[in-house]
Amino acid sequence: MGLIYALIAVGLSLIFGLMDVVNFAHGEFLMVAMYAMFGLVVVTGFDPILLTPVVAAAMFMFGAFAYVGVVRFAMRAQSNKGMVQIFATFGLAVLLQGVAQTLFSPDFRNLPGAWLTGKTLDLHGIFLPWPQLYGCLVSILAFLGLWLLMTRTDFGKALEATREDRGAVALVGIDANKVFMLGWGLGAALTGLAGAVLAVFYYIHPQVGASFALIAYVTVALGGFGSVFGALAAGIIVGLVEAATTLILPPSLKSIGIYALYLVVVLVRPSGLFGKA
Amino acid sequence: MDASVSVSGAIAAFRRDRWREMALAGLLVAAAATIPLFVHDVYTMNVLILTLLYAALSQSWNILSGYCGQISLGHALYFGLGAYTTSILYVHFGVLPWFGLAIGGALAALVALALGAMCFRLAGHYFTIATIVIAEIGLTLIHNWDYAGAAMGIQWPFGPDSWASLQFARDKTPYFHFVLGLFAVTWLVTWVIEESRWGYWWRAVKDNAPAAESLGVTIFSSKMMAAAISAFFTAVGGGFYAAFLSYIDPDSVMSFRLSLLMALPAVIGGIGTLWGPVIGAAVLIPITELTRSFIGGTGAGTDLIVYGGLIMVIALARPEGLLSLLPSRSRESRT
Repeated sequence: MGLIYALIAVGLSLIFGLMDVVNFAHGEFLMVAMYAMFGLVVVTGFDPILLTPVVAAAMFMFGAFAYVGVVRFAMRAQSNKGMVQIFATFGLAVLLQGVAQTLFSPDFRNLPGAWLTGKTLDLHGIFLPWPQLYGCLVSILAFLGLWLLMTRTDFGKALEATREDRGAVALVGIDANKVFMLGWGLGAALTGLAGAVLAVFYYIHPQVGASFALIAYVTVALGGFGSVFGALAAGIIVGLVEAATTLILPPSLKSIGIYALYLVVVLVRPSGLFGKA
Repeated sequence: MDASVSVSGAIAAFRRDRWREMALAGLLVAAAATIPLFVHDVYTMNVLILTLLYAALSQSWNILSGYCGQISLGHALYFGLGAYTTSILYVHFGVLPWFGLAIGGALAALVALALGAMCFRLAGHYFTIATIVIAEIGLTLIHNWDYAGAAMGIQWPFGPDSWASLQFARDKTPYFHFVLGLFAVTWLVTWVIEESRWGYWWRAVKDNAPAAESLGVTIFSSKMMAAAISAFFTAVGGGFYAAFLSYIDPDSVMSFRLSLLMALPAVIGGIGTLWGPVIGAAVLIPITELTRSFIGGTGAGTDLIVYGGLIMVIALARPEGLLSLLPSRSRESRT
């Protein structure tokens, strides 16, 4: 679970940390990705593994569109920017939930007959479920790709530079708007990957995003805003802490461990584990 | 010479405007108090009660987050504390809700002080996320607390209508007057604070904390004061809600969504202003209820689409809130 949390959180971290925009619709992005996977599997009948890149690509478009359609205006706000972003994206979140409910009804759904469902890997008596392993694999590949993108390409540099100084970036001929649009697309695509993977072994329903979104915010803040790899490390820690908490406390209390961890960390280090002050 | 004249003139105008606002509020409340004489429909009454409740809650939230600038998205914790304290005291111990409201409010203020001592060192998003997380911890604990009914919640016993136990099964008018009173008190407190020393300190802390500190404002105690007042009234609102519905469960009084709904009227109306939460609630709550009852209910989710879209559009089109649509000299002179 840790790596998938990390994947959801990194998508958010790109948006939240790098662009300093609060996206309260992040959980709904995840939900949209899960439904996209569901819809594609039902319509085409292909296996989820084949469709994962398709969902990611679709989510890239979706994220870019959300930026152009909504967030671009929120960033232009002259006063109380933070609240405008929170509530514009909250409005978007409610709207997406409504759309999902209209199209798919509020029922809980499972992916029908995926190739991986129910299969386990037997490692000398330790049984690991394949869908989760597949999730880890996709996450690791995604991180590798992201790392290359951020450090080795002009786009990665442009994104980092735009975050640090929008004005200066405009002077050297980078269109901040375009960079942000691509950044949102990228953030949403990563979330799309996470959603595509989750859809294989998790229930799909219109409110599914909320439970993951909260953990994603905590993970991003735990890692420190503006640090993509802080989010990766924090995601793994969150996954481990959640697992450890369930060993000590009843499962219904499992998220308390994560929340307590966040409070302890920020009280000791007010800008997260790897945050820039 | 000229400057000093214009400054004292501006101060005089400001004082006049403040009393004019007071008169306007008094008139509005007095007019509202007569509404039950004309409106007998229970559904309409419920919508009006909810509107006033959200205006009061949002006004309380506004004290900490609007005036003092500490954006809290965990106010459901205080709301839930109020609702649960009132309910437990009444249902398990027979303590009348009036005392429950006061005890719940005091308890919430104490909790706010304790949490503030911990969290006011955090800035920006880190603070906001800490408030969300703390409220979630509270929600999880309540969910697992058998004495408080766990996930099932608490049902108030049926009894005769009375002001003592705040139970009115048939006629909703007393609830309306109670919540109108609550709203009037939160408005009045905000009005008094606006021009008190605390009010100026809070705005200074919000606008530029280091500069305020260099001028002798004690940031920490300013924030603590705002948090305690804000939590107190939020909890009283929660206690009222419990008495009004006669039934509470964890998700309906302490969920994250509720924290957002409390902040929403202030943001939509105008954050950090006296009238913002009122206007926000007056616009938002009736629309919420109407869309829910006319196009919702089928489970189709159309009401969510309308509601979400509306919030989005208002937030984007009017970043300063709906209040900025009204041309008002007094408002400009204060900002």
